[in-house]
Amino acid sequence: MRTICFYFQVHQPFRIKPYRFFDIGEDHYYWDDYSNKSIIRKVATKCYLPMNALLLDLIKRYNGKFKVTFSISGVCLDQFEAYAPDVLASFQELVATGHVELLSETDAHALASLTSEEEFARSVERHKAKIKRLFNGYEPKVFRNTELIYSDKIGAMVSKLGYQGMLTEGAKHILGWKSPNFVYQNSIDPNLKILLKNFQLSDDIAFRFSNKTWSDYPLTTEKFVNWINAIPKEQEVLNLFMDYETFGEHQWAETGIFEFMRVLPEAVFNYTDFDFSTTTEVAKNANPIAKINVPVPISWADEERDLTAWLGNDLQKEAFTKLYELEAQVKKIEDADIQRDWNYLQTSDHFYYMCTKFFSDGAVHSYFSHYDTPYDAFINYMNVLSDFILRVKNKEKELVGVQ
Amino acid sequence: MKVLMFGWEFPPHISGGLGTACYGLVKGLVHHNQDIIFVVPKLWGDEEPLADFVNASDIEIDYREKKFIDTWKNLTYLEINSFLVPYLGPQEFEKYTDYTLHHRSDVDETVFSNKYEFSGKYGKNLMEEVSRYALVATQIAKMKDHDIIHAHDWLAYPAGIAAKQISGKPLVAHIHATQFDRAGQGGAQGPVFEMEKAGLLAADHVVAVSHLTRNIVIEKYGVDPDKVSVLHNAVLDASIIHSTIRKNVPEKIVTFLGRITFQKGPEYFVEAAKKVIDRDPNVRFVMAGSGDLLNRMVERVAELGMGTRFHFTGFLKGQDVDDMYAISDVYVMPSVSEPFGIAPLEAVRHNTPVIISKQSGVAEVLRNAIKIDFWDVDAMADAIFGLLHYESIARMFKELGSEELKNLKWEHVAAKLVTVYEKLHKQQP
Repeated sequence: MRTICFYFQVHQPFRIKPYRFFDIGEDHYYWDDYSNKSIIRKVATKCYLPMNALLLDLIKRYNGKFKVTFSISGVCLDQFEAYAPDVLASFQELVATGHVELLSETDAHALASLTSEEEFARSVERHKAKIKRLFNGYEPKVFRNTELIYSDKIGAMVSKLGYQGMLTEGAKHILGWKSPNFVYQNSIDPNLKILLKNFQLSDDIAFRFSNKTWSDYPLTTEKFVNWINAIPKEQEVLNLFMDYETFGEHQWAETGIFEFMRVLPEAVFNYTDFDFSTTTEVAKNANPIAKINVPVPISWADEERDLTAWLGNDLQKEAFTKLYELEAQVKKIEDADIQRDWNYLQTSDHFYYMCTKFFSDGAVHSYFSHYDTPYDAFINYMNVLSDFILRVKNKEKELVGVQ
Repeated sequence: MKVLMFGWEFPPHISGGLGTACYGLVKGLVHHNQDIIFVVPKLWGDEEPLADFVNASDIEIDYREKKFIDTWKNLTYLEINSFLVPYLGPQEFEKYTDYTLHHRSDVDETVFSNKYEFSGKYGKNLMEEVSRYALVATQIAKMKDHDIIHAHDWLAYPAGIAAKQISGKPLVAHIHATQFDRAGQGGAQGPVFEMEKAGLLAADHVVAVSHLTRNIVIEKYGVDPDKVSVLHNAVLDASIIHSTIRKNVPEKIVTFLGRITFQKGPEYFVEAAKKVIDRDPNVRFVMAGSGDLLNRMVERVAELGMGTRFHFTGFLKGQDVDDMYAISDVYVMPSVSEPFGIAPLEAVRHNTPVIISKQSGVAEVLRNAIKIDFWDVDAMADAIFGLLHYESIARMFKELGSEELKNLKWEHVAAKLVTVYEKLHKQQP
């Protein structure tokens, strides 16, 4: 049996408010509550609520034969709790059907896997606890790392944490002639199954759907089903991985994206030999075809599918290094505010805003940033980080004083 | 294409950015095999022989000829009892206007003498010279065969219009600065504004040095947007300057370098300096240049009690300018209204990180700079602090800034201009 695996990423960062250097040492609250709340509310109306309702309909209509997988970042769940309990309730309802799977990830949507195994594990644990608390004791079995970042080493770390499978990008430079439409194994620990994104078909929906200059515009279910049928018979898994905000936010409702998704399952059932699976089912049922070697980390971003969107320039490297230099000190401090800020400051988006690659990938990057330039993003983040460093130092002094 | 070009100055005898821009543009056009006839009020003889230079002072005219009378009729708006220096702030501007009201020479008579010795400067006979320049243009347009007329800024617009009336060739009006940049909102009146407007409206095509200027041309002068295009300025030499000068203070240096006039926004720099010094005493601020707001700035610095941290150098030139850029850790250009603004590119050549106002044309071409609103002193202070304290950003500017400069070539600008010429040439009846 051949199967389609839909995985949607749900994530919103805690955006930092405009924070001037004269606020350093004075103002210890960094988060832009107003814009965070209004963005969550906007995306809730345009995407989360209508798309959740649509998926719930489909799951009920096909008695669970249609199913999907979500990964919801911890920082996003926190914002749902604060600003959008209705959205949280609708996700809870979906998960309660038993046909919607949740993945594990780092709580902060962080890049910790690239620098510290210990902080990475702590962040995963935080997220796991949050999922358990909010989703009736739910325990994820499969892992997705921030931005599908993956390497052999990261895979081995994930396997050690007890996961059966992990998702990543079917990057061309990794696969070469190989197909993403099989299950692979981590090269260090073969017990960990690796699911690869079919970026061609995923991006046809996520990026090209409303692109009028695309030769295949408009995308219809007939076309899509034809493309699926063109996949060689021995290739058994089609992983369609994308941002959940594709539906209604990146692709507006007017583009017909909701209608497309509403009729897609019917077309798949009627005209193909594919069904639908969650990531755990894929990891369990499919036969892994080979080990995959990824010595240098890959991601699902930009043409390069590498880390340069977050750690490509000196600004990003300085911010990232200065942040993680604090790890050992922060760990010792039992202070809820410090721990929260430490978590939120790790979110990958802060580094993404500092990306200067916009010369080539400009459109995508500027769409996702509320800063005028990467330099503004960097200065703002560094001001906040400077204050955070002071707070950590002060707390440390208090600790020494107590001892 | 044979281009009849009217400019007020040409290197090495220049007093501002206009001459430098004309030089770069002519050099670029020559690179693309265009023939240039360049008319200046006064030729000094040591100009680089890039074009067929015409010295307006050498041109004889016979004022009895009908064509001159016609041109003169169209220039009557010049007979206004005021006097204007093009690149001054509003206060200096007022001073000079007062002065000429009392020392007015009669325009008509001197203009109609057979030969006229232009000063080519921005002196007290400027209006007279501009009028006479237009008459000379009439004669040149008859003498010299050409396909296109190109006039730089208002000083040359009457000449451009006059030439067009004689030859009927398409007129390109190049705008490097508007009266709104020089005089603020008060720019919407007076003879310079009128001349600018007449030139821009009479032109078959307008070339603006930035989108900022293009918008002013459309909004304030009512020019049809379809005939206005943007050609950003470029740099003549994009090479990095490695200076051997060493600064003799341990503190970091933040610099304002330019005329201390309303247009350049010096007061915002002073206020931002105060905010930075309050938090970080290990910084020195330098204001280099002179202008009508200098005294007020000195007073304000004293009032804020930061005289030992904020320094004035007076007017700098030559090597001193280069040295100032070289010892600066940050260069700030907080201009209120800057059609283009080439100075930040000079700072980049010295590997000095720059902060520029969003109200400057150069902000449209320079990516590796911090851009702020001129009035946002909090943002300015924050950017200064960031550049001084977070090392990687200055490092990145150094790496990328020089690369960026290499793409700002006059040949590229000229190539775009040639397409404008060709289009106009084809559209001719």
